[in-house]
Amino acid sequence: MTTTTRQPREATAPPVGPPAPPRGIRRHWSEHGLAFTGPFLIVYALFLIVPLIWGVRMSLGNDNIAGTQSEFVGLDNYAEALRDPDVWSSLGNTVWFTMLSTAPLVVIALVMALMAHHLRFVSWLWRLSWFAPFLLPSGVVCLLWLWVIYPSDFGFADQLLAAFGLEPGIGWLTDSRYAMLSIVLTTVWWTVGFNFLLYLAALQAIPRHLYEAAEIDGAGGWQRLRSITLPLLSRTTGVVLVLQLLASLKIFDQVYIMTGGGPDDSTRPILQYVYQTGFTGYRIGYASAISYIFFALIVIVSLIHLRLTRRSREENAS
Amino acid sequence: MSALTAVRNAIRPRGDEDSGGRGARWTRGRVALLACALVLAVLWVLPLAWALATSLKPEDETTDTGLHWIGSEITFNAYEQVWASGDLTRWMFNTAYIASMTTLLTVVLTAMAAYGFSRTEFRGRKLLYGLVMAGIMVPPQVLIAPLFAEMVAFGLVDTYWGVILPQVATPAMVFILVKFFDGLPRELEEAAYVDGAGRWRVFWRIVMPLSRPVLAAVAIFTFIQTWNNFLWPFLVTTDPNAMTLPVGLVNVQSTYGVRYAQVMASVIIGGLPLLIVFVFFQRQIVRGVAHTGLAGQ
Repeated sequence: MTTTTRQPREATAPPVGPPAPPRGIRRHWSEHGLAFTGPFLIVYALFLIVPLIWGVRMSLGNDNIAGTQSEFVGLDNYAEALRDPDVWSSLGNTVWFTMLSTAPLVVIALVMALMAHHLRFVSWLWRLSWFAPFLLPSGVVCLLWLWVIYPSDFGFADQLLAAFGLEPGIGWLTDSRYAMLSIVLTTVWWTVGFNFLLYLAALQAIPRHLYEAAEIDGAGGWQRLRSITLPLLSRTTGVVLVLQLLASLKIFDQVYIMTGGGPDDSTRPILQYVYQTGFTGYRIGYASAISYIFFALIVIVSLIHLRLTRRSREENAS
Repeated sequence: MSALTAVRNAIRPRGDEDSGGRGARWTRGRVALLACALVLAVLWVLPLAWALATSLKPEDETTDTGLHWIGSEITFNAYEQVWASGDLTRWMFNTAYIASMTTLLTVVLTAMAAYGFSRTEFRGRKLLYGLVMAGIMVPPQVLIAPLFAEMVAFGLVDTYWGVILPQVATPAMVFILVKFFDGLPRELEEAAYVDGAGRWRVFWRIVMPLSRPVLAAVAIFTFIQTWNNFLWPFLVTTDPNAMTLPVGLVNVQSTYGVRYAQVMASVIIGGLPLLIVFVFFQRQIVRGVAHTGLAGQ
C-alpha cells in the first residue's frame, strides 16, 4: 500500500492497453469517509435524532414550552392522551380527512394524466393548469379559496350555485356538514397536480410496442386501457396511494388557516391539537406525547410504503 | 430546428390510442377527451382567475353580487397599497434567502454524505447509513415540540438559521443520491486517481458535474418545499420581520380585514414568483418533482 498513484502511469506511458488499476486506488476508496458524511450527520443528529430523543424525554415529563421546570411523570401523559376525548376527535378528523381526500386525489390525478398523455396536445396547458397550484404556498391557496367559497352572499361559489339554480348560502366553512368537504376541495385543487405528474411520468415509461401489439390484435381504446395501461400502473398507484395517505395524515395548514379547526372543532386535525396543547397551551410534554401517538400511525403507513417501494425496486431490477 | 423536429417525429413511435394509431387525428373520441380536459383545466384556473379579477377591481366593488369579472375600471390600486406597506417585499426576501440557503446546504451536504455512503469504506458506515435511512420515516411535523424547545435553547427563534437548519436534515435526499451514485460506473473516478487527483478533487470536478440532473432534481424539490413550507416557519417566527411569505400572508388577512382587493393582490403577488419560475423551467421542474417525488418523501 505504499505505492503512489503516479508510478503506474509513467510505467505505461505508451498506452498499449488500459493500465491495470494500481493498488493505491483501493486506498483512495477508503479515504475521507467520515469527512464526506460528517457534515450531514452533524445536522441530522442535531435536528432529527436529538429532537426525537429529547421529545421522548419531554413526553415523560411535564415541561412547559421553554423546557425549564421539568418533573418526571412517567407514562402519565400517554395515559391522559388515551383518555382525552379531544385526542380521539382530532385523530378521527385526521383519519376522516385522509379517507375523504385520498380517493379523489388519486383518481382525479390518474384521469388527468391519462387525458394529458393520450391527447399529446398543448401539454403545457395541462401541466400549467393542473400542476401549477401545487407551487403555491398554502397561505396563498387558503386565502384564495376563502375568498371563493366563504363570503356567503357575494362569494364566487355561492353565486355560481345560484347561477345553476341551486341553493346558495350553504355555509361552506361554517356548517359542520360541509366544512371538511370544503377543506378537501381546497386540498384536491392544490395538490392533485403532484400525483398527476407522478402518473404522467409512469405513463410515459410504458413501452409503446405493447400498444402496437394490442392494436394489431384489434383491441379497442377501452380494452387497451383496461388490459395494458391500468395493470402496468398498479405499482405506481400503490406508491401514489401511500404517499398520499402520508401527506393527508399530516394535514394542518389548510384547516388552521381556513377554519381554525372549527366549526366546533369538527375539522381540527391532530397536528393542530398538538400545536394548541404545546404552543398556546404551554403543555409541551403532553404535546410531545400526542405527537408520538400520531407518529405511531405514520410509521405504520411508512412501513407499508417501504415494503411497496422495495418490492417495486426488486421488480425493476429483475 | 425544424429538421431536428422532423427527425424526432420520424423516430418517435406512433401509437395514439384514440386515433387508430395514425398520429394525431381528430376522431370523435379524441375531441370528447379534449373537451373533458378543457373543462377540467378551466375548473382549475377559475379560482385563480377570480382572485386576479378581484385584485384589479376598485375596493368598494369587490363585494358586489352578480359575478362581474371586471369592475367599473381596472385599477392597480390594491397592488400599490399592498406593495407600499413593505411587508410583502420583506417576506419575499426572507423566503428567497431561506429557500436558497436551505437548497444550497441540502444539495451540498446530502451529496457529500451520499457520496461517502456510496463510495467509501469506513467502520460503522452500514450502521450510520441505516440510521439515516430510518429517518425517512420521521415526519418533521412530529418533532415540532422538542425542535422548538431546542431552538429556544440555541437562541435561534426568529432567526434565519432557526428556519433553515431543521429543513436541511432530509434523509430522503441522501437516499435518492446514494441510489444515483451506486449506479455511476467507477472507471472515471479510477482514471482520475491514476492521474493523481485526490478524493475531493474527484468529487467536486468529476462526480458533481456528472450528477447535474439528479442534483437539479433534488434542488428543485427542496426549493419548492422550503419556499412553501408553512408549519415550521410559522412556529419558529413570531416577529413579522423574520416571517416567510407563506406565514406572513396569513397575517395579511387580519391586517387588511375585509379589504378583499388587497388580500387578493397579496395572494397574486405571493403566488407569482414560483409560477414565473415554473413557466421558464417547466421541463426541469416536472422531471425533478416526478423523480424525487417517487423516490423520496
